[in-house]
Amino acid sequence: MSHVALAAILLLLAALGYTMGRRRATALSGGQARRLHSLPSYHGLYVALWCALPAAAVLAVWLVAEPQIIAVLLMPSLPPGSAGLTDGAFQLLLGDIESFAAGRAPEAGTDPAVIAAARRLSELRQSGFILLALAAIALGAGGIGWSRSRIRPGLRARNAVERATIVIMIAASTVAILTTVGIVMSLLFESARFFAQVPFSDFLFGLQWSPQTALREDQVGSSGAFGAVPIFAGTFIITLIAMAVAVPIGLMAAVYMSEYAGKRARAIAKPALEMLAGIPTVVYGFIAAIMVGPALRDAGEWVGLDVASESALAAGLVMGVMIIPFVSSLSDDVMNAVPQTLRDGSYAIGATKSETIVRVVFPAALPGIIGAVLLAVSRAVGETMIVVMAAGLAANLTANPLQAVTTVTVQIVTLLVGDQEFDSPKTLAAFALGLVLFAVTLATNVIALRVVRRYREQYE
Amino acid sequence: MNQPIAFTLKPTSAPAVAVDSPPKMSARGVDVFYGEKQALFDVDIDIHRNRVTALIGPSGCGKSTFIRCLNRMNDVIADARVRGSITLDGQDIHDPGLDVVSLRARVGMVFQKPNPFPKSVYENVAYGPRIHGLAASRGELDDIVRASLERAGLWGEVAERLNEPGTSLSGGQQQRLCIARAIAVDPEVILMDEPCSALDPIATARIEELIDELRLNFAIVIVTHSMQQAARVSQHTAFFHLGKLVEQGPTEQIFTSPRDERTQGYVTGRFG
Repeated sequence: MSHVALAAILLLLAALGYTMGRRRATALSGGQARRLHSLPSYHGLYVALWCALPAAAVLAVWLVAEPQIIAVLLMPSLPPGSAGLTDGAFQLLLGDIESFAAGRAPEAGTDPAVIAAARRLSELRQSGFILLALAAIALGAGGIGWSRSRIRPGLRARNAVERATIVIMIAASTVAILTTVGIVMSLLFESARFFAQVPFSDFLFGLQWSPQTALREDQVGSSGAFGAVPIFAGTFIITLIAMAVAVPIGLMAAVYMSEYAGKRARAIAKPALEMLAGIPTVVYGFIAAIMVGPALRDAGEWVGLDVASESALAAGLVMGVMIIPFVSSLSDDVMNAVPQTLRDGSYAIGATKSETIVRVVFPAALPGIIGAVLLAVSRAVGETMIVVMAAGLAANLTANPLQAVTTVTVQIVTLLVGDQEFDSPKTLAAFALGLVLFAVTLATNVIALRVVRRYREQYE
Repeated sequence: MNQPIAFTLKPTSAPAVAVDSPPKMSARGVDVFYGEKQALFDVDIDIHRNRVTALIGPSGCGKSTFIRCLNRMNDVIADARVRGSITLDGQDIHDPGLDVVSLRARVGMVFQKPNPFPKSVYENVAYGPRIHGLAASRGELDDIVRASLERAGLWGEVAERLNEPGTSLSGGQQQRLCIARAIAVDPEVILMDEPCSALDPIATARIEELIDELRLNFAIVIVTHSMQQAARVSQHTAFFHLGKLVEQGPTEQIFTSPRDERTQGYVTGRFG
């Protein structure tokens, strides 16, 4: 019997509780639901919740606390002398016990005390689980019995169920919030470790990025410079190129769709444009790396320019295409939300369609359009796959879009991919970069959402 | 509710309409279709200078549809079709040689809900003169804006607030701003589609006074739901019912001795 089976049993029990509660309420009402404060189904849910929630709570607590409890109980049966072991050796011993308990065959020369401890661990786990199962089922059944006995025609089952639902919804939103908090915390703490080894100002203002740290004293070429300016500059150039592509194309597409396109053209064009957003970014990545990059290099050769085959331009162009729908779709929505009465007012003075768009619709929609552009910026800054494949790894500090540059996201990927030690500045630098990235995208998102909200207030 | 509603005709301050002067606008045999549905049947009416023409009738009777024909605002609606002839100073407004832009510069419109642009008070009024190139310099534009606001009776209230957004004014002020915006391009006809329906009685009285003043310089057509308003501000009244122009004539006659029993029923409040 496993945890899954236990959960299934509890669910069945809750379903049973639902039917019982419902039956009882119906019986009490004498077939007239109006005599009840709440509908019979609410009484059913009331019983089911009383069955499932306490049991689920016990289950959750156990899942979190089990390792600690078992470890404490295991202590007495550990081989003698293990209390004096160093931390690392102690972890090793526990690992051994764990793997024997999981079924590894004992080898000749294994300490019998370890085998005994492993057996003890299995026993503890098993009895722990049986206890848990009994407790959970007993709680569930008890919950059914108790709540069923409370059913009266006047019981405010609906209010109780609605309150419980609210609590469940709060718990659900807490998960999202806690995840964000957790991620920010881990970024902060790991970055703090990084900044303990590399000064903050060196990181933020240094012009040299070469994150290879020396493993030995005499190693050559691994200076370990963590000046992130070239990376920020690369990110900035690529974002700029992407916005230079996406903003004009996206806005014109949006103006066409919201102001000029007929119903049918709009019904086809809008989903088609939005489909661009559904293409996996890795596909854009290889289009940039295999087609656009080399094509730009060849074109550059043809006019006598030296273009790197992995250039900021190639990555930026493709990324720009990718974020067109972010700009166009949102801008289209806000322009559509501009009231028709404003357009009528402009037409009635004798303005043409294009004058109306430029002088009335566009200014009225401007805050929303700015919001759309800022969301696209934060998307471009955080985009990873295209730049990993097409922008290159060299941390050049250059404003020339024809050269290879690198971005924050690319560096994070390369710093963490492969076998790495997780306490060297090299890997910790990834967290510091992540923190900067997070701060930038968070700031643009917050500004964008605020601007959009202010606009909404104006017209609803 | 069967006795005629009380109303008074104010002594006319404006010159009497010269009956033999040619009409400013004139509609003959106007039909309007929205898709397959016919909304207006064979409407004949003349619009004269220095006169307020009121279009009354129950909801959905076609009076708003008709007023929107006069400056071709129905062009904006995708599946609307207009048949028949409408002339402005004898020229057909559907003539391909007549640009709809210049038509709308000559026939201005004020809408049911005040719809100032999301710009400053000044820019709202300057909008029309700018797009039609009426002012050669900033000074001239300033003069036009000031004159328009004065004629709309709003200058005193907004002289110090020209740079505030038009949407920050009160509802009645916004509507007068829209009137100022319409007269800034110096039109010949002003169409008003229920201009007071979103306003309180005091703001309404203000607009009605203004309409009476504007009559000195413009031909005015007003759609209204309020029979008292039609009686108060208009000299000529046309009663629409189910897409047809049932009866028209001097306002006093329509309200005191209507010839058609549907008109009689409507103005005495039996239906509508």
